[in-house]
Amino acid sequence: MADTAASAAPTGHAGSRDLQHHFDSLEQQRDASSLGMWVFLVTEILFFGGLFLAYTVYRSRYPVAFAEASRHLDITLGTFNTAVLIISSLTMALAVYSAALGRRKAIILFLLATMALGGTFLGVKAVEYTHKFHDHLVPGAGFRFPGPDARPAEIFFSLYFTMTGLHAAHMIIGIGLLTVLVLQARKGRYGPGYYTPVEVSGLYWHFVDIVWIFLFPLLYLIGRHLH
Amino acid sequence: MSAVTAPPAVDLPAEPRVNYLNSTYGLKSWLLTRDHKRIALLYLASVTVFFFLRGLFAVLIRLELLTPAGDLVQSETYNKLFTMHGVVMVFFFLIPAIPAVLGNFLIPMMIGAKDLAFPRLNLLSWYIYVGGGLFTLWSIVHGGVDTGWTFYTPYSTTYSNSHVIVTAVGIFITGFSSILTGLNFIVTIHTMRAPGLTWFRLPLFVWSHYATSLIMVLGTPVIAVTILMVGVERLFHLGIFDPRLGGDPILFQHLFWFYSHPAVYIMVLPAMGVVSELVTTFSRKNIFGYKFVAFSSMAIAVLSFLVWGHHMFVSGQSVYAGLIFSILSFLVAIPSAVKVFNWTATMYKGSISYRTPMLYAFGFIGLFTIGGLTGMFLAAIGLDVHVHDTYFIVAHFHYIMVGGTIMAYMGGIHYWWPKISGKLYPEGWARFSALVIFVGFNLTFFPQFILGYLGMPRRYHAYPEEFQVLNVMSSAGASILGVGYVVPLIYLIWSMRYGKAASANPWGSTGLEWDTPSPPPTENFAVTPVVTGDPYQYSPEEVEVVG
Repeated sequence: MADTAASAAPTGHAGSRDLQHHFDSLEQQRDASSLGMWVFLVTEILFFGGLFLAYTVYRSRYPVAFAEASRHLDITLGTFNTAVLIISSLTMALAVYSAALGRRKAIILFLLATMALGGTFLGVKAVEYTHKFHDHLVPGAGFRFPGPDARPAEIFFSLYFTMTGLHAAHMIIGIGLLTVLVLQARKGRYGPGYYTPVEVSGLYWHFVDIVWIFLFPLLYLIGRHLH
Repeated sequence: MSAVTAPPAVDLPAEPRVNYLNSTYGLKSWLLTRDHKRIALLYLASVTVFFFLRGLFAVLIRLELLTPAGDLVQSETYNKLFTMHGVVMVFFFLIPAIPAVLGNFLIPMMIGAKDLAFPRLNLLSWYIYVGGGLFTLWSIVHGGVDTGWTFYTPYSTTYSNSHVIVTAVGIFITGFSSILTGLNFIVTIHTMRAPGLTWFRLPLFVWSHYATSLIMVLGTPVIAVTILMVGVERLFHLGIFDPRLGGDPILFQHLFWFYSHPAVYIMVLPAMGVVSELVTTFSRKNIFGYKFVAFSSMAIAVLSFLVWGHHMFVSGQSVYAGLIFSILSFLVAIPSAVKVFNWTATMYKGSISYRTPMLYAFGFIGLFTIGGLTGMFLAAIGLDVHVHDTYFIVAHFHYIMVGGTIMAYMGGIHYWWPKISGKLYPEGWARFSALVIFVGFNLTFFPQFILGYLGMPRRYHAYPEEFQVLNVMSSAGASILGVGYVVPLIYLIWSMRYGKAASANPWGSTGLEWDTPSPPPTENFAVTPVVTGDPYQYSPEEVEVVG
């Protein structure tokens, strides 16, 4: 915080303008926002939890079929996307750090980088979905899967599309949030005195990344070696 | 709270005081309000609409069951009637009623805050609720849904020809209003308490809403994702729950009840909070065993997540799972009984006044006890197999939901009506309708215990002739109950205009919410109060002998 004074963002007025009327202090407001996001993330864990439960039940019931089906996923693209998301978490953390220091240009730069990485992830995901579509691996009437395990494999792909689709929806919402942050940061809204929105959006972004960290091994990696 | 350093609340009837109701006017000032008190009134209006809507379905159900033959409606129509009755009642009245109306209005005032932590989210939650309600209304108008409120698969995903998707979307959306309310309460109670208001100085109403909020936040997302899976399965013909495609319909039941059993406690915990306030105020006694009552709410919240399997004793889950779920279900009786005993002990040797809210509190304690004890019957596997899917179940959960939650809701509305509206309700009419509701309720639902025990199954529109007498009693009770609900609607609306002006604290309560004028100003308290004592200070303090 040593270079606060050197930062370009005006921060002295943060106290009055950023404090909502029903809070007594900025500190209280920040505590509330931060706790609010943590509680929201708990609800998100349980939201995804239902799908993880369904995955666990069917994986244990149809282990061979699930392993067979997971071999139809593109491990190269999946690994690439995992790396992309991990780097995006780093840039997000750097954006929060820059906001705390009041470095306006750095905030915008890191937010844009995070959005670009998120966009890359979604693009790669779209390519993967297209491949699945061409290979007739999208569940429904057109689903084709060789061998006796077509039914359980269809369940695998139902879960694959529901879980990754829901994750992608969260990414899109995250990119939307970051867009708002960039616009606000351009106006110099964030500085050492007030950067709660950047901080809580960061929590959300990291959470969405962590969901992928679980999805990737469950869907792509486990059981690939089984025959 | 007597020992607070807030400005004394003085009513000045001579000149109209600015309060949250008259500070701004116009539809826009209500629809865009962020004031928790106005949002509570928006909720009050909308849950009342849904309450009387479900009453319409109940009327048709009871009319059909007057005679043994299925003569008024077809069986398909009957299926839709009880489904819509259940869906509207559970998701659009019982779950939001006390938290979103009374909790919204009172929690910030009880903790000495100006508003909830997230006022905009609070307003958003109301719009989400209304949005979900519109989807459900659309499906009702276009023919309804016939799956039962439980949406069991594969019937709901594969076979039903009714508007499953639209209703499911409505419930999915409404769930998020519940999540947002719970989130808002948790954050508010953690971060917005007035100086000096420690956790153990919180009113028990706040404790029970905290426990409720935990369930809302932890349970509701699970039903949301379950409905999502039902939706995609039905839309895209996937096989997540369809046994023909390798899926498991029992998995749906597990996921459904993982939320829907705790949801029972979303409905009844706030009611218990209301009763704790009523019993202390109208007995002029401090609550007996404050910490026990507070922690019993938390215990119920925790246990609520461990008992869902008792809905599935005959669904083919393993006997050992059934055994464990049975034992855990019995455990819920402990914290519930702690509350009932502590309320009773609070009343013991109190100077009880038989005002309307207290009549409802008496009703709650008695009816909840019957509902709870019959719940113990159902937690026992052997007996549950016998009465499963009979009217015994119907009677049991109506004793909890109607005899418990609605009794407390009515009591709470009457108790805080002077604070909400600034007017007194007519006491004579109110006592009269409280008695009518009590009599009507018991006449409606007690015969159903006997019907169920004799073997009458639920969800049928026709029944053997020997059940007619009890069914006629039940239908007669339902019409009495209906009168009991309409009368308060009339006199409460009447009192808003013609009622006598209420003082700041007409009941002589020691709660912080009574320390501000009736109706309160928009910011609740002119100066943030400093709390120095316990929430219930009715009994003389024990004199500490010094030296």
